[in-house]
Amino acid sequence: MDRKKEIYLDNAATTKVSDRVMERIIDMCTVNYGNPSSMHNKGLEAENQIRNAANIITNVLLCSEEEIYFTSGGTEANNLAIMGVSEANKNVGRHIITTKIEHSSVQKTFKALEAEGFDVTYLDVDKKGYVDEKQLEDAIREDTTLVSIMYVNNEIGTKQNIEKLGNIIKNKNTKIYFHVDAIQAFGKFVINVDKEHIDLLSISGHKIHAPKGIGALYVRKGVKIIPIIHGGGQQKGLRSGTENAMGIVALGEATKEAYKNLKSNMENMMEFKTKLVEEIFNKIDDVVVNGAEFNKSVPHILSLRFKDIKGQALLHALSDIGIYISTGSACSTKKTDLSKTLIAIGLSPDEIYGTIRLSFGPDNYEDDISYIVDNIANLVEKIRKVVRGE
Amino acid sequence: MDSIYLAKYGEIWVKGRNKYIFENKLIDNLRENIKGLGEFKIRKNLGQIIIEPLSLDENYEKILIERVKNTFGIIGVAKVYRTKDKNIENIKNIALMHTKEKTKDKKLSFKVEAKRADKSYSLTSPEIAREVGGYIYDNMDNLSVDVHSPEFVLRIEVRDEVYIYSNLVAGVGGMPVGTNGRALAMLSGGIDSPVAAWMIAKRGVEVDAIYFHSSPYTSERAKQKVIDLSKRISKYIGNMKLYVVPFTDLQLHMREKCKQEALTIIMRRIMFKISEAVAKREGAYAIITGESVGQVASQTMKSIYATDAALDMPVFRPLIGFDKDEIVRLAKKIDTYDTSILPYEDCCTIFVAKHPYTKPRLDRIIIEEVKMDKLEEMIQEAVEMIEVIEIKRSELQ
Repeated sequence: MDRKKEIYLDNAATTKVSDRVMERIIDMCTVNYGNPSSMHNKGLEAENQIRNAANIITNVLLCSEEEIYFTSGGTEANNLAIMGVSEANKNVGRHIITTKIEHSSVQKTFKALEAEGFDVTYLDVDKKGYVDEKQLEDAIREDTTLVSIMYVNNEIGTKQNIEKLGNIIKNKNTKIYFHVDAIQAFGKFVINVDKEHIDLLSISGHKIHAPKGIGALYVRKGVKIIPIIHGGGQQKGLRSGTENAMGIVALGEATKEAYKNLKSNMENMMEFKTKLVEEIFNKIDDVVVNGAEFNKSVPHILSLRFKDIKGQALLHALSDIGIYISTGSACSTKKTDLSKTLIAIGLSPDEIYGTIRLSFGPDNYEDDISYIVDNIANLVEKIRKVVRGE
Repeated sequence: MDSIYLAKYGEIWVKGRNKYIFENKLIDNLRENIKGLGEFKIRKNLGQIIIEPLSLDENYEKILIERVKNTFGIIGVAKVYRTKDKNIENIKNIALMHTKEKTKDKKLSFKVEAKRADKSYSLTSPEIAREVGGYIYDNMDNLSVDVHSPEFVLRIEVRDEVYIYSNLVAGVGGMPVGTNGRALAMLSGGIDSPVAAWMIAKRGVEVDAIYFHSSPYTSERAKQKVIDLSKRISKYIGNMKLYVVPFTDLQLHMREKCKQEALTIIMRRIMFKISEAVAKREGAYAIITGESVGQVASQTMKSIYATDAALDMPVFRPLIGFDKDEIVRLAKKIDTYDTSILPYEDCCTIFVAKHPYTKPRLDRIIIEEVKMDKLEEMIQEAVEMIEVIEIKRSELQ
């Protein structure tokens, strides 16, 4: 039997581990398997591998090696940054700021702090998903200790002007720490932590072709932060637990690969996205791009909403033929499950149910565009008939 | 001295000449249920079942008791010390050791119950109880005697061997599955239907399940959830079949032809018709649903009347008079609740009317239903296209 043709358009959810990264993982599991904390040479070897990986990331972010801390993933990096900084500085102030379109690992951490008595400001975004700069400036107070804003939104692909936002914060008060969730930006854009005034930056491995279970937090030297995980004092006491040597090396390798041909990769992806959007507009009516203009949002994320469509039905129907996408929200009778980001950019519940997200990777080829769009068009027509009761 | 397990059964006692059929089925089911935990000899002995481990890892003891107690037909199970040495001094020693092990240092009231099946034994039942009770009382500080409502009852049975044990772990009761024919349970993925299936199986009925899948409007995960729920109840019911009916085309046809407000009832009617066809084909004699009067629009008296009229076979609704919280309590007890509340919701809001009839009139429903000119052939087609999933009683977990 022929293997079913599979087209994976969900790279913002997770990515395939690359061959080169896989080789390095096997090497770390079977050759350099020592405990980096062990005193003997086997341990030293592993430690060196970890330091090499850290150095790769350091060179990309233009920071120093001791400013990188490895975590179990993006969620932990976000938790550590927000919890660790807020708690460590609560004698200075208890006001912290974030936006209404953050990933739940940021948003729920803020909610937890709010329940503990912190004062939280949630910034609005406009229809395109950009943070209101004036509102940010006005929100900053004497007792503000932390601002957390995501670099690229995972659902609509809007990319904030982090340098400008950083400027606004630091102009008001240089002592406020600026945390950036860069999980959808790292490996896609050049990030300069100094120039962009970033004090803490979260990254994740599995969004850039490393495996699940590894992430990192950049913490600028001098930032006052306390650990959320306690134990053997690894990573200068900020993140205890034997280092995930295999994951760290994989993250290093994936970072190297991502930044090797960054510019041309991103140009190619934008070209793919542009052609895809054009073809969709040619073949399907009543469809709109959510958020910023498609050529202004990031090349790897496209959020679309179709009139009279249940995105979830479209997802399942596409899944049956081997095309994998995701939706704005699980379609249910409960309004509470609606995507907070899509609400924040002003979409109605029906528009949210009609939203799908396509996110791209290196395995998506222009040759597949007609196949993808023809299938979407065909299914949209079918589902619309049902929804419209024709 | 060694240990065996004693399982007591309930209602089978009342079965006159057919008793052996029930007992043998119960033993078969027990054997099937504890497969994989070790090797056992299982036999009847004077109205009880003796499970004698030939090999049993002590780590599995708890699981063994759990599985025995969850076998329908069993009302209690206990680990029993068995000795061939009937000397009263030996009995006293074992009895003391067992009591210490069971009561630890807890302050409890206790009594000893003795039964002498071997009438040639030198001591009478009350004498055995007195001897052993006195010995335990003298040697333990935490126990006080209470012959009327003791918290701890030590039991001694003198047969061709001596059994020493204490409180029985209560079993689920009911009748051995397989002694009462077969029924087909409609599983939706919700809280109620697995409980309903469990309740009918408890009466000795073999249960298979049927689920209506509307891809792409219901997700693969919704189907997986029903598979998971079936596995959970198969712990009690044994191996079962899950019939997955492709339902999308029928729903689309329904939606195209019938009035919106009538869709819910017509959908239920068609589900019943398909279930009945499958039940007949597979030798089942009733349909099981998790309906409870008044819970939702399709479960009002008039709705139940209108849906019930769609088929000739009996429909068992064991939860009909239950409140939601009573059902939830049962679902937790049988360990299906956590799976049932997983949020893989259907996307068939498309097929649900905003304001369905709550007092449907059967004649009006039928007027709508006959508009589906392809109904009969589509039902037949759906039945033919059914996917059958074999649910095996879960292995060690």
